[in-house]
Formats: sequence, C-alpha cells, structure tokens
Amino acid sequence: MKKDYSIWKLLSQGLKHHEGWTPAWRSPEVKSSYDVVIIGAGGHGLATAYYLAKEHGIKNIAVLEKGYLGGGNTARNTTIVRSNYLWDEAAMLYEHSLKLWEGLTEDINYNVMFSQRGVFNLGHTLQDMRDIERRVNANNLNGIDAMALNAQEVKDRIPMINISKDTRFPIMGASFQPRAGVARHDAVAWGFARAASNYGVDIIENCEVTAMDIVNSQIKGLQTSKGYISTSKVGCVTAGHSSVMAKAAGIRMPLESHPLQAFVSESLKPILDTVVMSNAVHGYVSQSDKGELVIGAGIDHYTSYAQRGSPHVIEHTAAAIIELFPMFSRVRMNRQWGGIVDTTPDACPIISKTKVKGLYFNCGWGTGGFKATPGSGNVFAHTIAHDEPHPLNAAFTLDRFHTGHLIDEHGAAGVAH
Amino acid sequence: MFVIKCPHCFEAREEEEFSYGGEAFVARPESPETESEENWGDYLFMKRNPKGWHWEMWGHSTGCRKFFVLKRNTANHTIVGAWTLAEARKIYDAEEAIA
Ligand SMILES: Cc1cc2nc3c(=O)[nH]c(=O)nc-3n(C[C@H](O)[C@H](O)[C@H](O)COP(=O)(O)OP(=O)(O)OC[C@H]3O[C@@H](n4cnc5c(N)ncnc54)[C@H](O)[C@@H]3O)c2cc1C
Ligand SMILES: [Zn+2]
Repeated sequence: MKKDYSIWKLLSQGLKHHEGWTPAWRSPEVKSSYDVVIIGAGGHGLATAYYLAKEHGIKNIAVLEKGYLGGGNTARNTTIVRSNYLWDEAAMLYEHSLKLWEGLTEDINYNVMFSQRGVFNLGHTLQDMRDIERRVNANNLNGIDAMALNAQEVKDRIPMINISKDTRFPIMGASFQPRAGVARHDAVAWGFARAASNYGVDIIENCEVTAMDIVNSQIKGLQTSKGYISTSKVGCVTAGHSSVMAKAAGIRMPLESHPLQAFVSESLKPILDTVVMSNAVHGYVSQSDKGELVIGAGIDHYTSYAQRGSPHVIEHTAAAIIELFPMFSRVRMNRQWGGIVDTTPDACPIISKTKVKGLYFNCGWGTGGFKATPGSGNVFAHTIAHDEPHPLNAAFTLDRFHTGHLIDEHGAAGVAH
Repeated sequence: MFVIKCPHCFEAREEEEFSYGGEAFVARPESPETESEENWGDYLFMKRNPKGWHWEMWGHSTGCRKFFVLKRNTANHTIVGAWTLAEARKIYDAEEAIA
C-alpha cells in the first residue's frame, strides 16, 4: 500500500514549515464532455464517483461542486454511524454501509477514524421499550448486532447518566448496537476525493449546475457556472438542494428541506466513550477526539434553505442533554451551526432512476445519511453503471410514492441520526 | 427565528407560538376513487419545496388556534405577509395567473 503520510514525512515537513505537502486531489480544468457527471461533492457524491471508477471501470467522470468540497452536510453532521433500522430494506442498506465502514480506511488508504464505540438509543416510556424490543429482535433476525438493556444496565456502561425516577422522562432502558460509532466526517470526504482523483475522476469545485439540457426525455448535458458540459449520464447527489435540481429536470420530488442544527462544547477531558441518543427527549451526544461534546438537535419544522435554525430548537436539546447528564450543565458551548437536510415522508432515501433517461437521483437522506455514505455511493454507482438498481436499493425508488410501497422508518430514523 | 403577525389576532409574535402546516393550496383530487396512482401520489407526497417564495400554512397554536397562510422566502426567511385562507387564495390565484 502506498504511504502518502508517515511520521518521517511529518517530521521533515515540520522542518520546512509544512509548505511542501502536495494537494490530496487534483484540481483540473473542466472538460467539455464526460461519460458520467456527479452533481454534488459531498460524501455521497464522492463515494459514488469512487465506486464508479473502482468497481465499474468508468474513468471519464466529473464531480461538480457549487461550493468547496465537503462543505455541505458532510462537514456539518454529528457523524453517528449505525445500522439498527427496523425494516429489512433499510436495515440491509445501512448494514451494507456499516460493513464498508469497517474496511474503509484500508480501502481508500485514508484514516477516516472510524471508531466503533457503540450507540445507545434510550427509551423513556413503555411504548419506547416495546419498540426497542421489536427493533432489537428484527435486527438480530437480520444478523445485525443489537441488544435491549434495562436502565441499570445502561448505567453500568455509562456511569454518569441520570437514571433517577425524578426526571421529567425517566430512562427505562435502551437499545445498544456495539458495532455502531462515529467517524471523522471531513476525512471521509477528503479520503474519497483523493481515492477517486487517483482513478482519474475530475473534481471541479466552485462549479454550480444551473440548468439541465434534456431532449426527448434523455439527459444531454448540464449548464454550469463554468460553461456547458455534455454527458449522457448524470447522478444528482445534492442533499438539501435536491428539490431545486429536480425542478430543473421537471421532476416532482416528495422532499422538504429543513434546517438541522448541531453544537459543540469547549474541549473536555475524556468523559463519554460512547454515543447516546434519545428520540423522546430529543438530543444526542458523543465526545470527539478533540474532547468536544458533539450535540445534535432536531429539525426546524418549517422548510428553509437558509442554513441556520432557530435558537429555541437548540435550547430544547440542551435541556434534554442536561436532564440525561446533569453534570454537563456548566459546560460551555463553543460553536453552533445548521445544515439543510432533505426529508422524505417515510424517512427513507430515494436512490433511483427517473423518468428522464440517464438522470439518477440519490437524495432524501434527511437527518441521517452520513452513516450511509459508503453504502449509498456503492449502490448508486451500480445503479448508474447498469441503469438498474442494485438489489439493496431496488426498494428505494421514487416510484414508491405512487405505488404506495413506503418503507416507514420513522421509528428508527425519524428523529434520530 | 422570525416574527409572524397573525392575521386573526393582529399581533406580531415569535415563531415559537406557531406551528408549521406545510405547503398551502394543495388541491385534493376531486374523485379519489377514479384518480390515477400518479395523481394521487402527487397529491399525497410531492412537494414544491422551492428555494425562494413559498406559500405555506401556519397555525397560531398557542394563540388563537386559527390557521392562516404565509408567504415566506425560504432562502432568507423574509415574510411578505400573512392572510386568512380566503384572502390569501385571491392573491395566490392572481399571482399564479401572471406566472
Ligand atoms: C446538523 C446535522 C447533523 C447530522 N447528523 C448526522 C449523524 O449523526 N449521522 C448521520 O448518519 N447523518 C447525519 N446527518 C445527515 C447527513 O449529514 C446527510 O444525510 C449527508 O451528509 C448527506 O449527503 P452528502 O454528504 O453527500 O451531502 P452534502 O455534503 O450536503 O453534499 C451535497 C453537495 O451538493 C452541492 N450542491 C448542491 N446544489 C448544487 C448545484 N446546483 N451544483 C453543484 N453542487 C451542488 C452542495 O454544495 C453540497 O456540497 C446530519 C446532518 C446535519 C445537518
Ligand atoms: Zn392568532
């Protein structure tokens, strides 16, 4: 395996003021034509390009990004990775992704800092606990690691959590997925970018797609801020902006774009070695390698593209986190931000062909698509290369909103991430 | 965070008092029994979700509890106005006629 980074390089660069590092990916001029164009250089778009080149032998690919690479939700999420979804279709898709995560650092030769520190999903009501048992059993039947814990068992693993009965919504137990965890979001984008670039994929930043050239229901090319690009296959992976792209193609989408917020604390010594999430009180928290508490809030209920949310949403989440961990009440918060997430009616993604030949959409990941980054790119690359879905995304068509075959994951995905 | 002036109580209040009700003026198909799956699915699930001006329903849930229609820019949260459903419909139809 080629070594791009090593302790010796670090030391020698240290003596040269770190001015001799080469960029991780090439930044070529855009060409006038490509075999496949991917819109959106978030994690999902870059992963798609990578697998197209690696597994399907397509080399003449461009990834177009209107801003900078990985500046969208890729860089804004709270990095929780898990696969404990209820329904077979979703569980299989996310588990495929989790398996890819387990070998990703080696595969793309870039440390994505995937840390399988486990994820707890807390239950606060009897119904929560029934749902947890059902989901854990479904997971086990699908070969996915999961267990149901009572409150004391949660406390045994997370000593500082408050399981007293005197809280507004006492903790009754949790589901626990040991193989779940977190990863370094930026590294995922950069790693896929470098690996794709090494296969010859052109990554073009500051290139916004403004219109689609569609003739007789076949995609012919894209109008961009860097000129016209002709191509017969386009994969659209634009997260919160997918409705805007769909409109340019004359397609209706069941998407709503909402702000989703997160915030981090100042750095603390290691205190939380796992991930804790709660749908009922609405908050989730983990600790980054830098020591910050990474806390995720809920969506603002109105639609928005403004990439900022309302303060009361954060306040609500902070209150929930303090109820779970009273000792965090004096921790100071450092930064807060929002991303625009594309939600669907069944809390499941759309990875699909469209009525426009050669135009494919991968969207609707809403509040929880980071965990799916490698899996999503993998099955979407297959869909584009073969003009047919991979068996794992066959159920995630746009058509399901007309046939009624929705995959209702609100229990496992609706709020949680 | 924004402030909304309820067209029923004529009070400007913080967004937290209100609840969002989604895209306004989505017409229910007149004869659901005979409607095509395409149209029925469109009615149930498809959204305009524009980046820009949006006609939307809101409820003054912790105030007068009445519904109304708001025209808001989803890119920057500018609000041009809030009207009762009947008033809003007239303005909306007039705008659609031009568009
Ligand atoms: C606060 C927050 C917390 C989250 N927490 C989690 C979590 O813990 N776990 C989890 O699994 N998921 C989480 N998510 C969801 C996850 O971030 C997204 O589902 C996922 O990142 C979306 O895929 P992406 O990375 O490809 O999107 P993005 O990184 O948003 O990529 C889309 C790209 O398309 C570009 N684009 C848009 N329009 C155009 C155009 N016209 N031309 C060219 N380029 C364009 C954008 O600039 C952007 O870079 C969270 C999201 C947020 C906002
Ligand atoms: Zn009112």
